[in-house]
Amino acid sequence: MSDLILEVRDLVVDIPVATGMLHPVQSISFDVTRGETLCIVGESGCGKSLTSLAVMDLLPGTARRTASVLKLDDEDLQSAGERRMTDIRGNKMAMIFQEPMTSLNPAYTIGNQLEEALKRHKQVSGAEARERAIYLLEKVGITAAASRLTQYPHQLSGGLRQRVMIAMALMCGPDLIIADEPTTALDVTIQAQILHLLADLQKEFNMGMILITHDLGVVARVADRVAVMYAGQIVETGTAKQVFENPTHPYTQGLLECIPIPGKTERGAPLGSIPGIVPSLVGDLPGCHFADRCPHVMEACRSGQIDLHPSFEDGHIFRCLLTPDQSAANLKKGAA
Amino acid sequence: MLKYILKRLGVAFMVALTVSVITFSLIYVSGDPAVALAGEAASNDEIEHIRKSYGYDRPIPVQYMDWLGRALQGDLGRSHYLKEDISDVILTRLPNTLILAGCAIAFALILSIPLGVAAAIRPNSLIDRFALTLAVVGQALPSFWFALIMMFFLGIQMRWLPISRVETWQGFIMPSIALGYYVTPGVMRLTRAGMLEVLQSDYIRTAKAKGLRPMVVLFKHALRNAIIPVVSLAAVQFGFMLGGSIVIESIFAINGLGFLAWETIQRGDLPMMQAIVLVLSLFYIVITFLADMLNAFLDPRIRVT
Repeated sequence: MSDLILEVRDLVVDIPVATGMLHPVQSISFDVTRGETLCIVGESGCGKSLTSLAVMDLLPGTARRTASVLKLDDEDLQSAGERRMTDIRGNKMAMIFQEPMTSLNPAYTIGNQLEEALKRHKQVSGAEARERAIYLLEKVGITAAASRLTQYPHQLSGGLRQRVMIAMALMCGPDLIIADEPTTALDVTIQAQILHLLADLQKEFNMGMILITHDLGVVARVADRVAVMYAGQIVETGTAKQVFENPTHPYTQGLLECIPIPGKTERGAPLGSIPGIVPSLVGDLPGCHFADRCPHVMEACRSGQIDLHPSFEDGHIFRCLLTPDQSAANLKKGAA
Repeated sequence: MLKYILKRLGVAFMVALTVSVITFSLIYVSGDPAVALAGEAASNDEIEHIRKSYGYDRPIPVQYMDWLGRALQGDLGRSHYLKEDISDVILTRLPNTLILAGCAIAFALILSIPLGVAAAIRPNSLIDRFALTLAVVGQALPSFWFALIMMFFLGIQMRWLPISRVETWQGFIMPSIALGYYVTPGVMRLTRAGMLEVLQSDYIRTAKAKGLRPMVVLFKHALRNAIIPVVSLAAVQFGFMLGGSIVIESIFAINGLGFLAWETIQRGDLPMMQAIVLVLSLFYIVITFLADMLNAFLDPRIRVT
């Protein structure tokens, strides 16, 4: 399995807070293979960003991470010390963040910040680092790349800064790239450009990519596989086709109903919405996390632990007590 | 960048001009300078004579231009009391004050910046608490009292350091500490606050995500941004030290500008006072300008505004 880049089993993140223990990420498992894009979808606070930070080992101070397996390129990241992690970060896996406006250091030139990433991990001369920076700036669609190197972040627009961030992530030719809502802070027109760019580069450099987003439109365009997260758990995962064509978890179904479909959704018709709010993740939460907002909730949903079950096809699993057939029937009813 | 430099230079020049007008008018704030010079028992004739011989009978703008013209050539006039050229007196006193203030600000920065950084890396840790205690004590201790305590222990009890005069470099140690210590709390707290804020910023997360070594993240990426307000504060404090070392210079009997200012006020030697205020103000202006340049170097965003 040389194609397997990232292997995550039972990833847990705990954060002690004043009222007890917060469990923002509860036993998440997923794989990323070479050339594949995994989209982690979910609403704010579902733990998707913390999942990515946990993989990078960049969790905020008090947060604690555990997992039964956490391997990048067959190397155990849990036993890697902080020193080894600094060798891996930016080198084998790189991250693109949500806020391009503030993610670059205002005091240094674009060139300095790009080259620094490469010089840290590879034995290269200044000229080679510069060349690579220019090459990648051109790759991410920045014109006059050489002259951009001497510019400072404040001289660039948000879209350009995000392109720089992408180029920076690619400097060392990482195997895995994690993009945490890379288009959220950008104008809609720029969003599509950046997304296409990421998808193209991921294919071109044959990297694994984790794209974290709450935008299902984004998912539909670029994902190979999808993991839908809700309240710290993966509630449904499968290939993009499986999840979009046969959403089996009530939450996924609800999410998809919230999106207007051109030609199908009538003008003026109300868009779908999921009533209720996300449950608090402080302390233990028995049963299904979605129970309070689920239209098909049953008595059995309120207790015990709900496991992931196989859906219709291989590799498509969901966390619900309903059978796939029941779910499919519910979906039809809802659509009718 | 050039535009920014020229702009700051322009501002500095305007401030210097304003200061020169104000210092010039010092002569007139305490009433008729001729009367003051002549003394209480002088007759009207004597006063008129003095007025003429010192040129106080001319229109004030003419006197100002004349005074400014000579000041620009380094001629600050003669001291009424010492009967010496003011420029000579100031030039002999200035080095001591400059060395003292320079050592004091260096001491303050060397102590407070690393402490502030260390405190910010581990908030509420032992070192943070130690730094906070030092800051509170530093803020609360009057510098003259601290100076006397140091003199007593280090000078008289232990006999490690000379308690007054600056014939040797050891003589500068205690005054520099006494003068600089007062500045450390502010600089340290500002460094700590700045570092705390910057360490939370997105670009520090980016730097970590690049796998940069912790020292590089801390000093290259964080400190450079956190230090910018500290530069401005240190510049103001340095200017304050130049003029405000009166107490310390008196205690340690250092023949500096501060000590001279104190003597001059007691003697009512107005031209000398005028010159001291002018020189100190000019230093202040130069230091502020240099601090602006340093900040523009540190933060490219300043250069465009």
